[in-house]
Amino acid sequence: MTADWLDIGWLEQIPVRGSRTVPVAGGEEIAVFRTGDNQVFALVNRCPHKGGPLSQGIVHGHSVACPLHNWNIALATGSAQGEDKGCTPVVPVKVSGGRVLICRASTLKAAA
Amino acid sequence: MELIGEGWTGEAAEGAPDVPVRREHLVVVGNGMAGCRAVEELLARDPLRYRVTIFGAEPHVNYNRIMLSPVLAGEKTFDEIVINGHDWYRDNRIELISSDPIVAIDREARIVASRSGRTLGYDKLLIATGSDPFIIPVPGKDLPGVISFRDMSDVDAMLAAAGKGGDAVVIGGGLLGLEAAHGLSLRGMKVTVIHLMPTLMERQLDEAAGWLLKSALEARGQTILTGADTAEILGTDAVEGVRLKDGTVIPASIVVMAVGIRPSTALARAAGLAVGRGIQVDDHMVTSDANVLAVGECVEHAGLVYGLVAPLWEMCRALADGLVDKHSGYRGSVTSTKLKVSGIDVFSAGDFSGGDGAEDIVLRDASRGVYKRLVVRNDRIVGAVLYGDTGDGSWYFDLLRKQEDVSQLREMLIFGQAFASGGGQADPKAAVAALSGDAEICGCNGVSKGQVVACIDKGACSLDAVRAGCKASASCGSCTGLVETLLAVTLGDAVQAGPKTMCKCTSFGHDDVRREIVAQGMRSIPEVMQMLHWSTPDGCSSCRPALNYYLLCALPGDYKDDQQSRFVNERMHANIQKDGTYSVVPRMWGGITSPRELRAIADVVEKFEAPMVKVTGGQRLDIFGIKKEDLPAVWADLNAAGMVSGHAYGKSLRTVKTCVGSEWCRFGTQDSTGLGVQIERMTWGSWMPHKFKIAVSGCPRNCAEATIKDFGVVCVDSGYELSVGGNGGIKVRATDFLCKVATEAEAMHYCAAFVQLYREEARYLERTAPWIERVGVDYIKARIADDAEGRDALAARFLFSQSFSQEDPWAERVADDARQHAHMAEFRPEGAMA
Ligand code: SRM
Ligand SMILES: Cc1cc2nc3c(=O)[nH]c(=O)nc-3n(C[C@H](O)[C@H](O)[C@H](O)COP(=O)(O)OP(=O)(O)OC[C@H]3O[C@@H](n4cnc5c(N)ncnc54)[C@H](O)[C@@H]3O)c2cc1C
Ligand code: SF4
Ligand code: FES
Repeated sequence: MTADWLDIGWLEQIPVRGSRTVPVAGGEEIAVFRTGDNQVFALVNRCPHKGGPLSQGIVHGHSVACPLHNWNIALATGSAQGEDKGCTPVVPVKVSGGRVLICRASTLKAAA
Repeated sequence: MELIGEGWTGEAAEGAPDVPVRREHLVVVGNGMAGCRAVEELLARDPLRYRVTIFGAEPHVNYNRIMLSPVLAGEKTFDEIVINGHDWYRDNRIELISSDPIVAIDREARIVASRSGRTLGYDKLLIATGSDPFIIPVPGKDLPGVISFRDMSDVDAMLAAAGKGGDAVVIGGGLLGLEAAHGLSLRGMKVTVIHLMPTLMERQLDEAAGWLLKSALEARGQTILTGADTAEILGTDAVEGVRLKDGTVIPASIVVMAVGIRPSTALARAAGLAVGRGIQVDDHMVTSDANVLAVGECVEHAGLVYGLVAPLWEMCRALADGLVDKHSGYRGSVTSTKLKVSGIDVFSAGDFSGGDGAEDIVLRDASRGVYKRLVVRNDRIVGAVLYGDTGDGSWYFDLLRKQEDVSQLREMLIFGQAFASGGGQADPKAAVAALSGDAEICGCNGVSKGQVVACIDKGACSLDAVRAGCKASASCGSCTGLVETLLAVTLGDAVQAGPKTMCKCTSFGHDDVRREIVAQGMRSIPEVMQMLHWSTPDGCSSCRPALNYYLLCALPGDYKDDQQSRFVNERMHANIQKDGTYSVVPRMWGGITSPRELRAIADVVEKFEAPMVKVTGGQRLDIFGIKKEDLPAVWADLNAAGMVSGHAYGKSLRTVKTCVGSEWCRFGTQDSTGLGVQIERMTWGSWMPHKFKIAVSGCPRNCAEATIKDFGVVCVDSGYELSVGGNGGIKVRATDFLCKVATEAEAMHYCAAFVQLYREEARYLERTAPWIERVGVDYIKARIADDAEGRDALAARFLFSQSFSQEDPWAERVADDARQHAHMAEFRPEGAMA
């Protein structure tokens, strides 16, 4: 693990079209998503609408539908789609050798 | 061992007087695709500058590795796949030392040593050792009969085994594994492919294309097991079979391991070169040692390693330019993939990571088995997946690589190059308008454009009316777009919107989708999406749960529920609250409880510090404020006291409310509590289009509020009055009277039949009240009260489906997948930095 990236586990631990969470002590929880075409994205686990846990929404295409009031959030940008307005912070994420790595700096920023 | 041009030292050759006396010596390690190509590129630039020696571990001349698949399949011979034969080495005075791998490099002395003990000095060394097959570390991996798929000797081993017939298992459903499976199957073996991921070739294909591929391979007699994890390879002296983690045993006389490759870096690493995932090189393919170069699958360039040939060609060009001091530089490659299985066309290129404003364009043609998906971002193609019709693959790939602006082509793009570059026809309406009258529109029903237009002229002004009038688009629906365009062209603004479609992903309504699922015997969500031409790759949060339910209802016991197509509450088996915690409602049969249950609930409330416990309007207790991670533990405790999920979260049977009834109440006419409990025992666990509530009141005073429930029973002296279609809610609706029956058994039987009718015919998220308003209560009476045979059949289907659904989801989750509730990792900044 390098200083810039946090190794959080195997890609296989995230269900396809699903999500897992990473709580950050003193900060906001991160939601890590895996889409139908095996891309990985990470967002702060908080809907821009009323704070719904996005990790629990239905993942479709490259969006997640918030479990509370069904806003659709683009996974790549964190922004609400369609008529809805708002944005959730994005956490850079990458997969290397089957391991999922999230950006340390963004995670810390989310924690600040 | 084979030596070509042995003894030739690079001294001045006859007939070439201007050759310098001392030429630099280039030693190549690896006689594979990249190594030899690099030499070819070098010779093309300056044939005289280097003296070349190539060491190869294999006993062969340079052959085309990617053609090993056709050799295995019997479509090509080894001779036909040779790239450079003996004469090439001879003519170019290249010394080939085959069957003798290099085992050590002394960079200080600039000497390499081979396995046979030969040592040779170099001026420049080129490492082109390719990749090693990855062997999963399971017991039995070293048994004779476990074969990888990398070189000609592997093919020979497979052919020897195939000659004896029998069963073969291929582990790995990627490109390599599927080509191995195809070859072995053509050679007469019975092949099973074991793939860890849920869909085949998941790195190149999306779910839809993966599903199509799986169906096509199955149709050819292969068995494809996805989501299957190998536990062990069985056998004592040789392979006898494979055991999966779920216990399944598959017999096999050979096991082909095709799970992936790793850059072959051992030699470079031992020599102290910089190695990451591969041997690290700069843009000129030079390693951390200026005299050592590397090329091919063994290298890592700009953090990337490649497993396909196209990048090698580009690398070799840059490498040769560098060797003759005309540095150009390699900039990384965009790759595309094709599966070499005859008769199955699959193409994939670029990536699908979407991002800012990424948009999917999807075309599905079920009757031709075609699926195309393009990912467009900022008016540029960034990814493409084609199945069934890959003719335009190279065109898309070209647009992708050149990052061409496709905004002008946007509408036509998915139809391919011929259509999109049709100049004057670059308007779909114009293209359709230009079709001749006898052009076929609907292939399924053989309807021509003229017939569709005639139908529209006769007054059909909606898609539905056309479907009813001339059958166009009434079957598979692949011509729906064409028919809609014809409507628009013919009628302009007078077109009437069709029935409400399920969602924006499809042009079909709920009823059409359900009918087709049953009529065509569809078995999975990707199958439905393909057959019915979904316009998105994997649907949306509206259609996925609906399809999941429709399939579940159509295939009880058979259909594997798709968790990721369920709303959070049904996936977590609890109700999400506004602060992200959950409420938990255990079932209390008919509203009756006991000290043991109450104690268990009280204990849970204390143990997990639930902030509130409340009696619900559905006659049971609701525990609030439980954290997602704690849910499995809460359930385990409730299960231990004999309680199961109350499905307070589900589109499913909720509660059966009862009143005390004849057992205690001075007005009670029948045992309403007892009947309520029996009905709840019969119906719990059933998934429905929407939530479903039942109540049984002991007399017409109706204390259980049975007349605002989906199914209500009001007991009277002479029997049981059944009524249906009530609810509270925003728009209160009292039930419609269905009929009166004499016995408890009949009340149960009618209830089962009614529930099943609702399950089979209502649209997803349509509660009984709006459903009955839509179809009319007379229809329900005709089906349930008047048609004894139909009623029996409905009830039987309900009970059959219930035989699969009365497992407590909480107990199941606690037993096998509590992980879904756990965090993946935790991060404590202070600790992590210490
Ligand atoms: C907990 C409870 C309130 C209570 O504290 O009593 C409740 C709570 C909710 N009800 Fe209810 N309803 C509860 C009994 C009722 C009743 C009374 C009954 O069942 O006799 C009704 C009227 C009867 C009926 O359903 O027709 C009722 C009519 C609704 C409706 C309107 C339904 C309709 O068809 O119009 C909704 C909205 C919906 O489902 O879309 C609703 C929706 C909800 C939701 C699920 C709102 C939501 O989507 O989050 C609430 C979930 C709270 C939670 O997380 O647990 N709840 N809700 C009751 C749980 C009953 C149980 O034990 O399972
Ligand atoms: C069955 C099959 C099908 C494929 N199909 C496709 C396809 O359709 N499209 C595509 O783009 N790619 C395909 N590939 C991948 C493609 O073949 C590789 O990308 C390509 O061969 C890599 O070239 P390379 O020179 O780096 O490695 P290789 O071609 O593997 O060459 C490396 C050579 O080095 C030798 N060697 C290793 N270590 C030593 C040593 N210490 N001393 C001496 N020699 C050594 C090896 O024996 C080997 O001969 C396929 C591969 C296989 C196996
Ligand atoms: S009445 Fe409204 S606020 Fe109360 S539980 Fe039902 S949905 Fe929630
Ligand atoms: S909190 Fe996410 S949609 Fe309301």
